[in-house]
Amino acid sequence: MLGFIVRRLLFLPFLWFAITFLTFLLLEPLGPYQRVALFMNVNPEQAFGGKLTKEQLQRLIEKYGLDQPAITQYIRWIKQVFQGNFGWSKVAQKPVFEAIRERLPATFELGLYAVLPVVLIAIWLGVLSAVHHNKPIDHSLRFFSITGYSLPTFVFGIFALMIFYGILGWFPPGRLSFWAERIVYDPTQFTRYTGLNTIDALLNHRWDIFVDALRHLVLPVLTLSYLSWAGLQRVTRSSMLETLRQDYITTARAKGLTERVVILKHGLRNALIPVTTIAVPTVIGLMLSGVVITETVFNYKGLGLLSVDATLQFDVPMVLGFTLIGTSLIVLTNLLVDILYVFIDPRVRYD
Amino acid sequence: MLKRLLKNPLSLTGIVLLAIFFFVALAAPWLAPPAKPCPSFVYYIVPDWILRPFMKELPCEPFRIPRDGFRATPLPPDLQAWTTFPPRLKDESGKMLHPLGTTENRYDIWYGLVWGTRTALIAGILIVGCTLLIGIILGSISGYFGGWVDSVLMRGVDFVLALPTFLMTLVILSIWGRGLDKIVLVDILFGWAGYARFVRGIILSVREREFVSGAKALGASHWHIIFRHVLPNSIYPVLILASLDIGSIVLGLSGLSFLGLGQGEDYADWGQMIAFARNRIVGVAGGDVMQYWYTWVFPGMTITLFVLAWNLLGDAVRDILDPRLRGTH
Repeated sequence: MLGFIVRRLLFLPFLWFAITFLTFLLLEPLGPYQRVALFMNVNPEQAFGGKLTKEQLQRLIEKYGLDQPAITQYIRWIKQVFQGNFGWSKVAQKPVFEAIRERLPATFELGLYAVLPVVLIAIWLGVLSAVHHNKPIDHSLRFFSITGYSLPTFVFGIFALMIFYGILGWFPPGRLSFWAERIVYDPTQFTRYTGLNTIDALLNHRWDIFVDALRHLVLPVLTLSYLSWAGLQRVTRSSMLETLRQDYITTARAKGLTERVVILKHGLRNALIPVTTIAVPTVIGLMLSGVVITETVFNYKGLGLLSVDATLQFDVPMVLGFTLIGTSLIVLTNLLVDILYVFIDPRVRYD
Repeated sequence: MLKRLLKNPLSLTGIVLLAIFFFVALAAPWLAPPAKPCPSFVYYIVPDWILRPFMKELPCEPFRIPRDGFRATPLPPDLQAWTTFPPRLKDESGKMLHPLGTTENRYDIWYGLVWGTRTALIAGILIVGCTLLIGIILGSISGYFGGWVDSVLMRGVDFVLALPTFLMTLVILSIWGRGLDKIVLVDILFGWAGYARFVRGIILSVREREFVSGAKALGASHWHIIFRHVLPNSIYPVLILASLDIGSIVLGLSGLSFLGLGQGEDYADWGQMIAFARNRIVGVAGGDVMQYWYTWVFPGMTITLFVLAWNLLGDAVRDILDPRLRGTH
């Protein structure tokens, strides 16, 4: 067991380095001059009042080693990254690291509220669907899941915004109302402990801000989770169906165990094995793209929205920073899934 | 199999919907004729993002939506356009008619949806075709030869599958610039791994069968065995399952063009049209909320029905092909 985790711990950093290096390699087709332009926050021809000469540009290239082989540049870049220097983002008009630190809590808050309900509700619905196989409840849940993964995130988001903001006026877009924003970003009135609006509001005993933050979260969370709900529920259903036809389930029933124990202890625990290994990483992957689209639809000022702006405006340092965060997240989730696997499947002992 | 699909109401709905979409894509030049006819039919079939690298100047670009003036506010649908079928795009005086209204910046919705269907299907088929080809070749090599070839190729597959595809797409688009050509390329670059693994599994199960040993005993070459004996006996499920991926691939494409990473705002692309609708969902300030309903209802419904059709069909086909679930449905 310990040996396995150690081996994984050694493999995952390798994966992390491989992915970041590959990302970095994508910059290779550009010439050194183009690369200088990418990392400067102004057009090189207009820099320093249009007085930047070719020699000075050449000196910049040499100073930052932009004409050296990719591997040298990569090592140089990764060294800086570990010192917390991700470069300058021209979209955010500040260092990338600072921009990420500012925006990450917003995205984290969104993900926090989206992931847990998704996993729990989806698994519950999947079990329900399998247990009532081919009954009306199964059919309606299947219909729900098919429409669920057919409805694009952006269409669902826009329809939700239309109904709950346009017609009913309940859940506005954005992250906070103007009045709340004025209070939250004023250090004399409000202390930002975590950067998560709902939690900070509670810690500051500001119920009005808590409610306001929650109102802005409802639609993005719903939009982000809907898609993953459908997929996860489907996987749970088919895995559960498969498990319920096994002989040991019949044995468990023959032993006279209650239906509840048979389904939850003998059925679900075995059915969850493919769910954790296949579905959880898929959900995380879906969430990464989902977060970007959801934040764009709802103009929710998180990391996803920033990365789209960065992509549209050739802000490579910012996109690389976002990729680093995303890659780390995926690598960590994979590790978590592997460890979780041991607890779920009693047959797996990694030694 | 077709019989079973036609008997199931869900998959039948999917098949009918897909038939309509394929018809619309094929009949696009008839349903929504471009303002000036193209000199060659090639321009109707091959989108400009494929032609661009080979031609300096394009004489006509039917995939670009005609624009009615330069105002930002959308125009409502013209009912008089529907007196004929296909609907007229111009009336007798030469004024533009909009069968389904216009988006923001006055791009015709009918034209955009019709040609957008063609864009979606061309891009989807292109991506599936190319990834499948790579997947089949690498998967068969890996499964047939085994040994170190297999381990090397499968570690490569593991690596590609572990890549955060969406993030890589953002990085590539931020460096190379936006455009459907790049998105398609990225999809092909990262999409083959799943198919390769799938094909390998199937080849492994066929490899030891008698007819393969027989061919070997007759002295057939490896390529002959792979392409004449192994693949024809195992490839159909792969082809069917892969073609069903078109729905989710188009979904991904339109998501990216919704974010503004597609061909630009006048391009007939569903995601782009939804992006326009985003600013118009609540009408004007203080006015009727539903004032601009057509900007989001038509594009939103089109893309949802398209993906739904593929999923309905795909669900049924997977159930039929999956031997473990046979008899439970």
